[in-house]
Amino acid sequence: MHAFDYARATEPSQALDLARRPDAAFIAGGTDLLQLWKAGIARPELMIDISRLALDIVKPRDDGIAIGALARLSDVADHPIVQARWPLIAEALNAGASAQVRNAATIGGNLLQRTRCAYFRSGDMPCNKRAPGSGCPAIGGENRSHAIFGGSPHCVATHASDLAVALAALDASVRVAGPAGSRLVGIGDFYLLPGDTPQRETVLGQGQLICAVDVPATAGRAAYVKVRDRASFEFAVVSVAADLVIDDGIVARARLAAGGVGTRPWRLTEAEAALIGERADAAAFDKAAAQASNGAEPLAHNAFKVELLRRTVRRALQVAGGKA
Amino acid sequence: MTDSSRQRVALALAINGRRHRVTIEPSTTLLDLLRDELGLFGTKKGCDMGACGACTVLVDGRRINACLALAVMQEGRDVQTIEGLAEGEALHPLQQAFVEHDALQCGYCTPGQIMSALGLIGEGRATDAAGIAEQMSGNLCRCGAHPNIVAAIAAYAGA
Repeated sequence: MHAFDYARATEPSQALDLARRPDAAFIAGGTDLLQLWKAGIARPELMIDISRLALDIVKPRDDGIAIGALARLSDVADHPIVQARWPLIAEALNAGASAQVRNAATIGGNLLQRTRCAYFRSGDMPCNKRAPGSGCPAIGGENRSHAIFGGSPHCVATHASDLAVALAALDASVRVAGPAGSRLVGIGDFYLLPGDTPQRETVLGQGQLICAVDVPATAGRAAYVKVRDRASFEFAVVSVAADLVIDDGIVARARLAAGGVGTRPWRLTEAEAALIGERADAAAFDKAAAQASNGAEPLAHNAFKVELLRRTVRRALQVAGGKA
Repeated sequence: MTDSSRQRVALALAINGRRHRVTIEPSTTLLDLLRDELGLFGTKKGCDMGACGACTVLVDGRRINACLALAVMQEGRDVQTIEGLAEGEALHPLQQAFVEHDALQCGYCTPGQIMSALGLIGEGRATDAAGIAEQMSGNLCRCGAHPNIVAAIAAYAGA
């Protein structure tokens, strides 16, 4: 296996300095990066260990919560204030991976995990994301797990994070640090569509680091519904995060995001719009769910996701709407 | 692959209460450190990709996949493996529960199952059989002993 050098960063500024090398990679939990390294997909010459940086703090405020990028998934899912005020985040985290992975993996790393597309993960078949210009065998091949939204002629791989779907529904922002300082990027702008550069997945530049995720307060009722091929430790076929604000029985605000269907976490804006001002009942949920797959572009083996998405949206609305 | 120009790093950590100092290549996983460098073969290599759980160990009391952890990143940590459980010939009560509930056939996954279960119990999540099954989903048993594994854990945890 590809050998690499190792450096342990003790301060964020030191980590950023070390990352000026273009062949360096940050490592924290390592649960995705080491899989990619073993498959020969990631070949860093220098691993910069950021796991001991003091970026693991979960800090609730009145108007939201800042979740440190190095907080472990299990610690965030177990945080009493996250569970009480942002249950969507706890539900999405607990729906992902295994207990062992959740104990090691970090919030920032979860957002940056690479796709589970089998052609990408193979390490040697053509893949425009891994080897730009080599082609996309998924488009004419095995594409049951691939995207019905956001694909391009170069890539149709889905984004695999459950957390990112919840954060998309909550209008979270990602705090990014680089040599030139830090900036806040809305989660809707953080992930890039594949277009003709599917190897670029986020707006993070070389040597930039996620420091934290900022999530605004929500008064909404939330649900995360994940449909998968086995009951646990499996990626989503389709998942939906719902956050509903209901006043006097009327939907005042609706936010819906889906996973397993898009090349990035996918907001379902037409279904959201169909809910606003409606009585929060089964008829309105059915009507909104019917809009969920508008604009979908299914492939040969994933057309079932078009209807499955509608049904998953309906279920998520029923669960969220049924909460007190 | 040995490349003489490559960096080697010093590492100090505790394994089953005993201090170890080693010099390793940075790319050595915690699993390979245990098995190849220290001769602790109880922790098993199944998939080596974090999918099967056979390599589960506790690091500072938390269960992780040793195959997806770099050894050098465990500097100063306290690692517990299956070798640390029995006292001489006396099995740990959870090991005894696995025997009594016939919770294994070939036994290859068993060290990982037991270490994962200890982690689960430490997390306070061993509430009922369904919860144990969900929380043990990171440990696969190709012999299909899962019902008895869950029963053994529930019996030990008093769930």
